[in-house]
Amino acid sequence: MNTDKPLLIKRLWVVSFSLMLVLLAAMFLGLSLGSSQSGIKAVFQNLLGIGPHDPMLDTIIWKIRFPRVLLATLVGGTLSLGGLVFQALLKNPLAEPYILGISGGSAIGAIIGILIGLVRFPGVSLTAFSGSIGTLLLILVMSSGQTILKKDALLLSGVMVNAFCGAIIMFLVSLTQDARLHNIIFWLMGDLSMVDMPQVGILAAMLVPCFFLLFWFSNSMNLLLMGKEMAQTMGVNVKAVTVILLVATSFMVSATVSYCGLVGFVGLVVPHLLRLLFGPDHRVLVPACVFGGGAYLVFCDVLARTLPDQGEMPAGVITAMIGAPLFIYLLKRTRR
Amino acid sequence: MAIDVKNLNYYYGDIPALKDLSFSVTKGDFFIIIGPNGSGKTTLMKLMAGILKPKKGRLKILNRAIGNYTRKDLAKTMAFVPQIMPVDFPFSVIEVVLMGRSPYMGMLGVEQEEDLKIAEQALTFTGVAHLAHRKLDQLSGGEQQRVFIARALCQEPDIILLDEPTASLDLAHQIRLMDLMEKLKKETGITVVMVSHDVNLAAMYCDRLLLLNKGEILCLGHPDEVLTFRTLEAAYGCTLLVDESPLGKIPRITPVPHKYLDHHQKG
Repeated sequence: MNTDKPLLIKRLWVVSFSLMLVLLAAMFLGLSLGSSQSGIKAVFQNLLGIGPHDPMLDTIIWKIRFPRVLLATLVGGTLSLGGLVFQALLKNPLAEPYILGISGGSAIGAIIGILIGLVRFPGVSLTAFSGSIGTLLLILVMSSGQTILKKDALLLSGVMVNAFCGAIIMFLVSLTQDARLHNIIFWLMGDLSMVDMPQVGILAAMLVPCFFLLFWFSNSMNLLLMGKEMAQTMGVNVKAVTVILLVATSFMVSATVSYCGLVGFVGLVVPHLLRLLFGPDHRVLVPACVFGGGAYLVFCDVLARTLPDQGEMPAGVITAMIGAPLFIYLLKRTRR
Repeated sequence: MAIDVKNLNYYYGDIPALKDLSFSVTKGDFFIIIGPNGSGKTTLMKLMAGILKPKKGRLKILNRAIGNYTRKDLAKTMAFVPQIMPVDFPFSVIEVVLMGRSPYMGMLGVEQEEDLKIAEQALTFTGVAHLAHRKLDQLSGGEQQRVFIARALCQEPDIILLDEPTASLDLAHQIRLMDLMEKLKKETGITVVMVSHDVNLAAMYCDRLLLLNKGEILCLGHPDEVLTFRTLEAAYGCTLLVDESPLGKIPRITPVPHKYLDHHQKG
């Protein structure tokens, strides 16, 4: 076992660095492609500040595409982390905020916030947060009983909560008669197009501290995977860690929901892929999820923008089209 | 005293699981707890491991009340090996074993050279050093159990608690595991406390045996005091034969199937 001394640090650097490159590549794609065909070369020249100056292209890149790419990065990273944390805490590789209905709950909160005319921050973010905490508690109570969080009980309660949330959302939407209807529906499906830089800044200020918090607890998540009892006898304050992680994750997810609606299955696809590539160590997976998840959603958003001939579709459509089949595949495989 | 229990009570809701238990475990003993299903063995184990808190009574670990330990201090004093459970997340063996060092490491658990050395020693001691870089889910039950014991040894505990470590192992692995625990006790002086369903294995290895029944101590002492026809039938409620093992002065228990009872009545 000739392992070099700081094995973890090295792996952390290698993984983070390579995924950061992937993210940068995806971001570049995100800046280059869109409904106005300006060409990759022109964008590249603009980014480097060489070649002919084109104010039109400037506006498209920095006012429209750049905030959008940043938003996709933040949201993708957050949702991947959300999946990662739920999978560790519930010891279930199929758990994810969207599948469990946490996202649905915050969407209800967000819609109520929008309908009563609150501003997006802090008003809608707060109603979304209370919605997500509400569904979280509901799922935990429903699935707990005696044995804590049995796999199927948890997934089933999640699916039911999700369906219920979907019904409430549609109920609320059908009550709305005004012009915001189209916007709400588009937003619901996971739309990344409606932000500007200050909004991305606010979102980053909410999310980035949470990223560090989750990294701080990444080793505790490793220990929790060995079972709550074993973790406790290795010195982990299981209750405190669980509560902190669940609340932080719900907060992050509801923040993203209030900005860009329901982007599904990112938290399932990305952690699963990263775990296949880099193993189950959360100290590596947390940063990997931030960069890899970011890259994944930026990429999906590029597809969403370029696939339709006219206009664009919400990124949530693409993530669900990739994620749902994977979920079914994983479900079949874990049933062995 | 390694573990000292006085008037210990525990209930789940209103249902009593342990009633007024008092006993102690001497340092360096191989101490085995037996009893029928639902007798409170696992509850007792969880109380001693600090997973559950006593509702009433006193529980001292190395002459210090268990409530006075910080989590990390308790983890450095006592290690717990739960029953084997399926592993969904494929950690490698060395990763799992290093987790045992976490009470000594910082929040992120970055290992130093010393931690690696201790982990390697623990793997060698339990005879699974050659598996260090294999994935846990590729190992057999017996190998996994040894990895978890190596992980527990990494905590450098004075006491190790094991919950039915031989359940689901074949005969050879059962004996090897019990031999390993005996070697551990002899070579390191660690106190071994184990819950077991296998009374015959328990009889062959333990220094002292605790027979629990319905949350109370039915009998405590050397195997030949505890494993008698009278006590076992009172606890398990089935017909048993108790004779001497061919290995020596160790009681051997044979549960008697119903068809043999019929036969005797007829003949």
